[in-house]
Amino acid sequence: MVPEPEFTSYYGRPVVKPAPWGDDVAAYLFLGGVAAGSALLGLGGQLTGRPTLRRNARLSSLTAVGFGAVALVRDLGRPERFLNMLRTLKLTSPMSVGSWILSAFSIGTSVTAVAEIDRLSGTRLPLGPLRTLLQAVEGPAGFEAALFAGPLAAYTAVLLGDTATPTWNAAHEELPFVFVSSAALASAGLAMITTPVHEAGPARNLAMLGVVGDVVATRVMEHRMDPITAEPLHQGKAGAMLKWSERLAIAGGLGTLLGGRHRVVAAASGVSLLAASALTRFGVFEAGLASARDPRYTIEPQKNRLAARRAAGITGDSITTAS
Amino acid sequence: MGQLSGPTDPAADAHWEHQQQRKGFFTDTSICIGCKACEVACKEWNHNPQDGNLELLGSSYDNTGALGASTWRHVAFVEQGQERITEARKSGRALVSLGMPRIGPPATAATVDLAEADTTPPDTADFRWLMSSDVCKHCTHAGCLDVCPTGALFRTEFGTVVVQDDVCNGCGTCVAGCPFGVIERRSDGTVKVASKREEQHAEHPTVPNVGIAQKCTLCYDRLVADETPACAKACPTTSIKFGDHDAMVETARERVADLHSKGLTEARLYGANELDGVGGTGSVFLLLDEPEVYGLPPDPRVPTADLPQMYRRAGMAVAGMVAAAALAFLGGKA
Repeated sequence: MVPEPEFTSYYGRPVVKPAPWGDDVAAYLFLGGVAAGSALLGLGGQLTGRPTLRRNARLSSLTAVGFGAVALVRDLGRPERFLNMLRTLKLTSPMSVGSWILSAFSIGTSVTAVAEIDRLSGTRLPLGPLRTLLQAVEGPAGFEAALFAGPLAAYTAVLLGDTATPTWNAAHEELPFVFVSSAALASAGLAMITTPVHEAGPARNLAMLGVVGDVVATRVMEHRMDPITAEPLHQGKAGAMLKWSERLAIAGGLGTLLGGRHRVVAAASGVSLLAASALTRFGVFEAGLASARDPRYTIEPQKNRLAARRAAGITGDSITTAS
Repeated sequence: MGQLSGPTDPAADAHWEHQQQRKGFFTDTSICIGCKACEVACKEWNHNPQDGNLELLGSSYDNTGALGASTWRHVAFVEQGQERITEARKSGRALVSLGMPRIGPPATAATVDLAEADTTPPDTADFRWLMSSDVCKHCTHAGCLDVCPTGALFRTEFGTVVVQDDVCNGCGTCVAGCPFGVIERRSDGTVKVASKREEQHAEHPTVPNVGIAQKCTLCYDRLVADETPACAKACPTTSIKFGDHDAMVETARERVADLHSKGLTEARLYGANELDGVGGTGSVFLLLDEPEVYGLPPDPRVPTADLPQMYRRAGMAVAGMVAAAALAFLGGKA
């Protein structure tokens, strides 16, 4: 048992700085997940002959990734330099890796969505000879988008985990599982809203798998985190959002299970799932920022782990030394 | 990709062919008098705009607040009573008794024991003032540099970490990546000190580098000209020392041994251990109390040290998501 250390700080001022990110970034966490899951549903629809599901998922994916990318650029300190994100590929930077994932994903998704729009408009898009090319690459583009879909849903968890923001960093082991689950249930929920029930069976399955994954991964994450760094997940605005996120996810999951073949119930469940996912992202986002603003969440866990290492006889790795 | 954690030579790790000696600061807070000449010299040399609204912060003589985009040196002021002094002496002694590796000959026998000396100024209760000039740590494994997506942050030939103003697009990832809360995205401020009274009331001049990340460069522009950084040059008590990193660490070790031999066991080093969570810092400090008293993290760890594990976990999550999608299409009807 590690003794509770006395907590001192410099006039209560934060030790680490919160990321200068606004709600745009939280919105992107949500939209990126919706886009990723939709691309997987689109490929599934493509491979199993569900044209309506395929079309709706592809269009959803492009819409979500489009708005998401705009949100990301808007949040930059210098938006006109957004292309600098692709200036280099840096594996130590999840933001760099993510920018490449987002770009690669967007290519496939755009191709499939444009093909759908062309079909919807009765081949009236002014494509000329490009139409033949578009129709030829449409199928492979669905695979390409799906290939980058998983990474698109998961990298944002690494982006948050790889920071000195106490609550995000402490969540780094489980956060990817929370985020992919959240992406799955949100995209499935959207498909249940847009697609008639006879083609939405896989979306219902994915929604239920996503709900189970989301609830379990979140619980495991909170359980395995340092109890002090987990506090912001239960307090204030973030705490309320995450509590409602779980409730809405379970409600949406139950609605899907019990009444998913009823069009209205399916759509209502879909709305509930989308809201659950958005609340998960905004909740985790807010909790991290709150943990950076209060020095307690930086200092106390660090003092505890240092004391624990010393108690275990490890004394050579402290930043503070007597000589 | 270089090493992500552990002791290393950062400039060699960044593949510099023509290496300089690693440069760094040794900030000896035991002889800081809180004059803030370092803050002023830094602002002037680097053309850093005004930070905040010139408000009094109610934290002793510190009205600067913290390090930030436009404040690259920050002098902390802490007022302490007898109880806290005793506490600090005890926690320092506990560090000594941990038996950490010691470099150089054992401390020579005490000539004067200042621990018992009466240093109380006349008509003052037992009291001390801690003053410490904080600065970017120029970590061996710099969190800000690791997570920067554009390559705007880079490792110089002196082993320091510098932002390229014309490359940074202000994504803000480095702000969250720094375990010491040093780097910040610049939002507002004024560009220069007014030279005439009327100018003080005139419209604020344009702020340079708005929207991009800014922090101490260890005066990179001065280093390449073989000059001392502005803060160290201006420091009147040599509390801020500048030189080759090895020499700085050596000086710091001698100084702390000297203070210990005089019975001042509250003295301790911060950042001199290359086995710590950031691989040692380029800016080494001698502190007279626990780091958190000065607003420094007690056990910082560069987040990127765990990045391979994070990527592995994300890979598993991706596999799970793809499997769930496959199952959703291949599995039974819902």
